[in-house]
Amino acid sequence: MGYTLAEKIIAQRIGREVRAGDFVVAPVDLLLAHEGTGPLALDQFEALGRDGLGTTTLFFCDHAAPSPRKELSNVQKRLRTFALEMGAHFHPPGAGICHQIVAEQWAKPGQIVIGADSHTCTAGALAAFATGMGSTDVGVAMTLGQTWLKIPETCRIEVQGQLPPLVEAKDIILYLIGLLGADGGIYKALEFGGPVIEEMSMEGRLTLCNMAVEAGAKTGLCAADEVTRRFLEEQGRGEDYMPLAPDPDASYERVVELDVSQLSPQVALPHLVDNVQPIEEVAGTSISQVFIGTCTNGRLSDLRVAASILRGHRVHPDLRLLVGPASRQTYLAALREGLLEVFVEAGAVILPPGCGACVGVHQGVLADGERCLSTQNRNFHGRMGNPQGEIFLASPATAAATAVKGQLADPREFLEA
Amino acid sequence: MEKILRGKAWRFGDGISTDHITPGRYYHLRGNLQALAEHTLEDADPDFARHAQPGDIVVAGKNFGQGSSREHAALVLKERGIRAILAKSFARIFFRNAVNVGLAPVLCDTDGFEKGDELEVDLEKGVVRNLTKGLERSCDPLPPLMGAILADGGLTAHIMKHGGFKWENTP
Ligand code: SF4
Repeated sequence: MGYTLAEKIIAQRIGREVRAGDFVVAPVDLLLAHEGTGPLALDQFEALGRDGLGTTTLFFCDHAAPSPRKELSNVQKRLRTFALEMGAHFHPPGAGICHQIVAEQWAKPGQIVIGADSHTCTAGALAAFATGMGSTDVGVAMTLGQTWLKIPETCRIEVQGQLPPLVEAKDIILYLIGLLGADGGIYKALEFGGPVIEEMSMEGRLTLCNMAVEAGAKTGLCAADEVTRRFLEEQGRGEDYMPLAPDPDASYERVVELDVSQLSPQVALPHLVDNVQPIEEVAGTSISQVFIGTCTNGRLSDLRVAASILRGHRVHPDLRLLVGPASRQTYLAALREGLLEVFVEAGAVILPPGCGACVGVHQGVLADGERCLSTQNRNFHGRMGNPQGEIFLASPATAAATAVKGQLADPREFLEA
Repeated sequence: MEKILRGKAWRFGDGISTDHITPGRYYHLRGNLQALAEHTLEDADPDFARHAQPGDIVVAGKNFGQGSSREHAALVLKERGIRAILAKSFARIFFRNAVNVGLAPVLCDTDGFEKGDELEVDLEKGVVRNLTKGLERSCDPLPPLMGAILADGGLTAHIMKHGGFKWENTP
């Protein structure tokens, strides 16, 4: 019997064969934390009293960037000071969202990556075993350069068919979470493959792996292939490439086959990510705010598709549109391509690269009774700063169509235009 | 950590997220656990933060603690005096965080348990007793390493005591 991607990566890193269900102590190649989770990790690191970092350590100021209050400013300052003293890599406010920067600059196939943020699984798109943990696990890994892992069972997601126009990676993952349920993947790895994934851009793969945790999964994974190689080369780190694929006879806990040829744009309704409906069922729902951005869908291809729909239109007077590029690199590229001009002309507010309105810390907090359509990954009760608000999740295309129409709208209406 | 815990139940349903337990709008309070804990679970049951007593037990349905990796979700419960959480299933990051901070996550069937029930949790024998209802349920034991970490009072204490992960080679 062959091995899954998760088993292969961990086996290579610890130098012996492993199977799903095994417990191992494994080296950590890359570790990340941000201003929300970093301070507690530093507390543990300091309590353990070691004087050097156990592994490559990245800090990010992205959840509240720039800082809206002195408590958070002080936390960001602490991360900066610590990073400078200890040789960790500090990414200041404005650099962008941790997961996007990890994909652009740091993660590579075959690594074990842990982060004090649940969406650390995003880097699985590059065939890294990447998973979120709490601050104490991360603080201990920062000290020892190791963590303990239970090798997960793998659920193989085999995606076939041809994605229709304006139906995107986000629609696939929303549909899948609706199918599996928010706890359908607990403790498991979701391994994405099949013809649609082989053809999918790295940006789409990042969207899929980002939301693996929304099915409860430990990580999402894609094979490292030509798409990965090209992405790394474009990022100026072609030398980080290494091909990596699961064995054809790998043993899976379950194989889910999806044919996406007839898939409609999908929408997750409040307050659960697995509360998913096709757009046909929910079109017409009134919306007060549209947010295009985040580590799920704030990448260049997302901004491109949104701009293609918004070009020549105005944001509907009943709602406001926020656009947040995921990183400085995305921001600059969108600026140079004229996408930001399209958004501003349409009446959007451009947020600085970072998490923006996603987590309700600053920017774009909903009023009582308001509904937001966001391209983010979560719509939990109170997530965007107000428990009296409601959050709908969808793709950038659906978000842009909604911004024009002033109500939940099918992006395919804009196809003929 | 004691082997037998006794306390009153606070009842929650399925899918309690970390945004319920410690909402993102109190992000700025993360450096002040006591202040942050005053808002514990307030979007799910406003009574909880005001009236939970030390030793009380949180009882929930499926996928407790889903969502973010914020360890504060486990810490605020501990700060409110909660020592165990009973649920049908846990989100994995929360499960790990609970053990890491010395809070017992107990996997068991919670159907029939109601707010205010007197509960007794025997961590060693793996039994939960609902003294009010006269119910007894078995619970799944923690994997050995997690059991060791919890018994040591959390991960940092465990590492300090053993200099690393103690059961390195035991499955
Ligand atoms: S964009 Fe949202 S989901 Fe992504 S890291 Fe930031 S807060 Fe978390």
